[in-house]
Amino acid sequence: MRNLLPILTVLAAIVGIWWLAVAPMNVRPALDIAERGGAVVVPEGSVERRDVSVFKLMLDNPSLVAAGYDLKRPRLPTPAQVGEELWKTTGAMVAKGRAWSKRSLIYHAWVTLQSTLWGFVLGTTVGILGAVAIVYSRVVDMSVMPWAIISQTVPIVALAPMIIVVSNQVGIEGRGVPKAIISAYLCFFPVLVSMVKGLRSPTGEQLDLLKTYNTSGVQSFLKLRLPASVPYLFTALKVGIAAALVGTIVGELPTGAISGLGARILIGDQFGTPLAIWSALICAAVLAGLLVTLIDITQRVTLRKMGFHG
Amino acid sequence: MTMTEGESGVSTVIRAKNLSLTFETNDGPVHALKDVNLDINKGDFVSFIGPSGCGKTTFLRCMADLEQPTAGEITVNGVSPEEARKARAYGYVFQHAGLYPWRTIGGNIRLPLEIMGISKAEQDAAVKEVLELVHLEGFEKKFPWQLSGGMQQRASIARALAFHADILLMDEPFGALDEIVRDHLNEQLLELWARTNKTIGFVTHSIPEAVYLSTKIVVMSPRPGRIHDVIESTLPKERPLDIRDSPEFIEISHRVRDGLRAGHEND
Repeated sequence: MRNLLPILTVLAAIVGIWWLAVAPMNVRPALDIAERGGAVVVPEGSVERRDVSVFKLMLDNPSLVAAGYDLKRPRLPTPAQVGEELWKTTGAMVAKGRAWSKRSLIYHAWVTLQSTLWGFVLGTTVGILGAVAIVYSRVVDMSVMPWAIISQTVPIVALAPMIIVVSNQVGIEGRGVPKAIISAYLCFFPVLVSMVKGLRSPTGEQLDLLKTYNTSGVQSFLKLRLPASVPYLFTALKVGIAAALVGTIVGELPTGAISGLGARILIGDQFGTPLAIWSALICAAVLAGLLVTLIDITQRVTLRKMGFHG
Repeated sequence: MTMTEGESGVSTVIRAKNLSLTFETNDGPVHALKDVNLDINKGDFVSFIGPSGCGKTTFLRCMADLEQPTAGEITVNGVSPEEARKARAYGYVFQHAGLYPWRTIGGNIRLPLEIMGISKAEQDAAVKEVLELVHLEGFEKKFPWQLSGGMQQRASIARALAFHADILLMDEPFGALDEIVRDHLNEQLLELWARTNKTIGFVTHSIPEAVYLSTKIVVMSPRPGRIHDVIESTLPKERPLDIRDSPEFIEISHRVRDGLRAGHEND
């Protein structure tokens, strides 16, 4: 509870800045609407106003600034508007028994979550197996590691359509598999890097000790390297799950998908409904927060059970 | 297990003959050991003392097959160190306890036994026995972080004793502990040695520790690493802590100190 105050302070500051930013962001459409409604606006005409800074517009038309907080299609919706939209597309849908309707964010979040989890499992598996290969083979270390690093410098937005095309070519139906692959592509890297570090974390003394017992390679792995890498793994999983979610959403953007949070963001952009974009964004952030928290709890429980301290 | 019979009829456990080890570095070769000759007999408590770089740890690691000599010969129990290691002829204690944080004290002691495929019942018996030897009864289910540094080091000694090897090799095991804990552990180590009759090789930086513990003190000097003096202790086997104030103890300490100083004169 000691942490509650600073957390709430930061949250209040973010919401405050957001709320203040609404005025300059929405002043132009607000003035246009007011002018059409017969109000006197300085200067007159939206073409005239194009070259005037938003702050000057606010100063010259102080009485019309408030209208920016109540637009139907705001450029930047207020926190309250986003909250309302979120409720309409989640809680209210559930109350009406339509949680799985295409208009419900719960449905879209579920679609995204599924791909995220598949991508996470795939990426983590690839990351762990890759790390084992890298730690045990110098050849793999020297040949694969540079590619792993290069892979992360390629913009995923550029790569995503290619993955879709290729998976279509090899006859994979639907968007689930390519989305999971794109998600895994972002997720495997932190797991790989951390697991390499974790598997190499035993000291020379610890390895020498096992040598004095005449320990086999498999036993050294199971009894020393693997358990020693567990704290590293969990740190990586937290980064990995967030990366997997980002990967899925990015995978939903250029693929013409009609469901998933990424699709909502794209549709909101195409149809000029920033409210839909914002509520999908916040939904994604909440989802990421929940997933990371879930792994954090698993980490605490596992490490305590294993006997790690602190 | 073959033992080499020495001239006096006691069996030699470790024998080094013209042993040399040269590390190739970017700054040229480093002679960690040069023409080292030494016999360690069964039941000996041998300390290796000398300044950093004198090769005392390297020598111990050669016995354990953790380093490969570049010239000369070394046998452990009459066979090569590698064969001795594979026969699990020795227990090795490192400077750091190195207990696995994810295993309890009992679990750590079980580690070598699990690796060696020893039955669960025998593991239980061995854990109980060695915990008693190092006076850690009742700590089997504790995790390492719940123990003090001295207790952790005792647990690591228990781990080295668990599979009943006749040789115990210890590389500055008490180097990181404070004086009082160290005195206490020295006393306990002597008691353990008397009860188990093991052959012990012990690397240390401390003159009082070497004199108090050993039947044989090997004084080494650096560049190249070699044996400067081997002192057979005249102290009785029974050694209370206050033996360190006896004239005999002080005399041996002097000889060790002189040896260390002489070894440094070539610098």
